[in-house]
Amino acid sequence: MSSFTASGKNNRAKLYNQVATGLFYALGIAVLMLIFWLLYTILSKGLPGITLEFLMKVPEEMDTGGGIGTVLFNSFYILILSLLISVPIGVGAGIYMAEYAPANRFTEGLRMCVESLSSVPSIVFGLLGLAIFAEYFQVGLTILGGAVSLAFLNLPMLCRVTEEAIRDVPAELRNAAYALGTTKFQTIRTVVLPVALQAIITGICLVAGRAFGESAVIILTAGLSTSGEMWDFNLFSPGETLAVHLWYVQSEAIVEDASQIADKAAAVLVFVVLFINLVFRIPLWFNNRKLKK
Amino acid sequence: MSTPVQELAPVAGANILTASKKGRFDRYARVRFTNRLFQYLFLLCILALCVVLGLVIFFIGKTGILTFRDISLSDFFLSLDWTPEDGKFGAGAFIINTLLLTGLTLVIAVPISVGMAVLLVEISPMWFKRFVRPVLDLLVGIPSIVYGYLGLTVLIPLIREWTGENLGDGLLAAALVLSLMILPTICRVSDEAIAAVPKKYREAAYALGSTRLQVIMRVVLPAAKRGIVAAIILGMTRAIGETMAVVMVIGNTAQLADSLFTPTAVLTSNIVMQISNVEFDSTWNYALHMMAFLLLLISFLLIVVIRFISKRGGDRA
Repeated sequence: MSSFTASGKNNRAKLYNQVATGLFYALGIAVLMLIFWLLYTILSKGLPGITLEFLMKVPEEMDTGGGIGTVLFNSFYILILSLLISVPIGVGAGIYMAEYAPANRFTEGLRMCVESLSSVPSIVFGLLGLAIFAEYFQVGLTILGGAVSLAFLNLPMLCRVTEEAIRDVPAELRNAAYALGTTKFQTIRTVVLPVALQAIITGICLVAGRAFGESAVIILTAGLSTSGEMWDFNLFSPGETLAVHLWYVQSEAIVEDASQIADKAAAVLVFVVLFINLVFRIPLWFNNRKLKK
Repeated sequence: MSTPVQELAPVAGANILTASKKGRFDRYARVRFTNRLFQYLFLLCILALCVVLGLVIFFIGKTGILTFRDISLSDFFLSLDWTPEDGKFGAGAFIINTLLLTGLTLVIAVPISVGMAVLLVEISPMWFKRFVRPVLDLLVGIPSIVYGYLGLTVLIPLIREWTGENLGDGLLAAALVLSLMILPTICRVSDEAIAAVPKKYREAAYALGSTRLQVIMRVVLPAAKRGIVAAIILGMTRAIGETMAVVMVIGNTAQLADSLFTPTAVLTSNIVMQISNVEFDSTWNYALHMMAFLLLLISFLLIVVIRFISKRGGDRA
C-alpha cells in the first residue's frame, strides 16, 4: 500500500498549503480586530460623555456646552417621513417584481431600471432634490425636501430586499392557497406576505440604518441649519440631521468644544444605527433557531 | 420546486361561479376587483421607480448640458484648470483623480476582501462564518460620515506621523477609508460566488491529490471568476459615488494629485463642497451638474458591465 513516497514537490505543496492557511486566518483575524477596534474607538470616545441633557439640548453657535437635541429629532423625523413615503412604493414594487412580472423584455427593462437606480450615487439624489425643491418649487432647503430625496435613495434597495424575501417563500404554500380557490392578491395578502414579513422587516431596518446615517443627500436638500426649536414638526423648516451636524461641527463650527461634540455625535450615530439593525434581528435569530430544531 | 399552479393554467372556475350573478357587485366581484386593482397598484409602484430614474437623468442632464453653452467639450473634459472665479471650468483633474482614487482603493481592498471570502467559504469552520458575517454587516451599517470622521481624527494623524508630511490629506487617506467601506460589499458578493462553485469540482481536484491551496488557486477561484469580477465592479460603483467620507480626508483642493499625500479633490467631493455657494443660473452650477451627470454615466456603464458578465456566466453554466 505505502509505495507512495512524497517527492520534494509534494512536500513543497504541503508546506505552501499550511503557510497559506495560516496567512488566510491571519488576514481574517486582522480584519476582525480592525472592525472591533473601530467600533471601540468610536463608542469609547463618545459614549461616556453623553448625558440626557446633551441629547435634548439645542446646538449652540458660539458658546460651549451645546447639545444635539434638534438635529437628533430632525434625524428621526426625516427618517420616518422618508420611510412613510418609500416603504409602500418600494415594497409594492418588490411584490410586483417577485409575483407578477412576466419573463419578457419589459420586465428586463424594469429590472435594469431598479439596478441603475440603486447604482446612482447619493450625491446625485441630493442634486435632484435641490433641483426639484429649491429650484422648481422654490421652497428652499426643507425637511420635506430632505425626506423626499432620502425616500428616492431608499426605493431601489427596498424593492430589492422585498423581492428577495418574497422569492424565498416556497411555491408549495402558494399552491396550497390557490387550491383553496383564492385569487392571486388574496394569496399574496394572506399567505406570501405573512411568511416573508420577517425578511422584509429586516430589509427595511437595513435601509433605515443606512438612511439614518446618510448625509450627502441631506446637506444638499435639508441644509446646514435648524429652526432652533425643539419638536418642530413644520415640514418647511430647515432640517439639519445628526450626520450633517457631525460634518458641520467638524469642518465649520467655531465653538470650542467642537471636537467633543463631534466625538459624542459620532458615537450616538453609530449607536442608533447598530440599535436599529440589531433590535429587529434578535427575533429573527430566535426564529431561525426554532426552525432548525 | 413546484411551479405555482396559477401560472400553469389560468383559472376558469371563478367565471362559472360568477356568471349567473353578472352585474351585481357581490363578494366574488369585489374579490376579483381588488385582485385586479392591486395588480395595477403594484405595477404603478415599480413604474414610479422608473419615473424617479427618469427624473434623475432629466434634471441632472438638463442642467448639465447647459455647461456647453459657455465652454467647449474639450475645455471641460481635457483642461486641468478649475478656477471658476476666472471662468475656467476644466474637470479633467477631477476625472483623473476619481479614477486614480478608485484604482488605488481597489488595489488595497480587492486582495483583502477576496481573501476574506476564500477564508469564509473554503477554510474556516462553520462557527467562524456565523460569527464573521454579522460583523461584516456591522461594517456596512456604519454611516459614511463616521468613516470620514475617523479618517480625519485617527488615520490622518497616523499618516502624518509615519510619513512626516505636514498635512496627510490626500489620495492615500481617502483610499484607505474607502477600502474599509467597500470591503464588506466585495467580500459578501464574492463569498456567494465562491460558495456557488459546484462541490464536484473541488472533489475532483482533491481526488487528484491537490492540496487545499491548489484547489483554491487553480479550481475554485477560476470557476468563480465572473462572480468575483462582478463583486469588484459593485464595490467600484460604491467607491466612485462615495462623497462624505472622501470629502473629510482628501483635502479639497482643485488640483491633480501628483503624490499620495497631495491635497486634492474628486468629482463627488468637489460637487458637495461648492454646490451650496453657487447661483442657480451660473456656468459654475451647470458645470457641477455636468460632473454629477458624468458620475451617473459611469455608474450606469458599470451596471451594464455587471449584467453583461453575469449573463455570459449564466449561459455557460
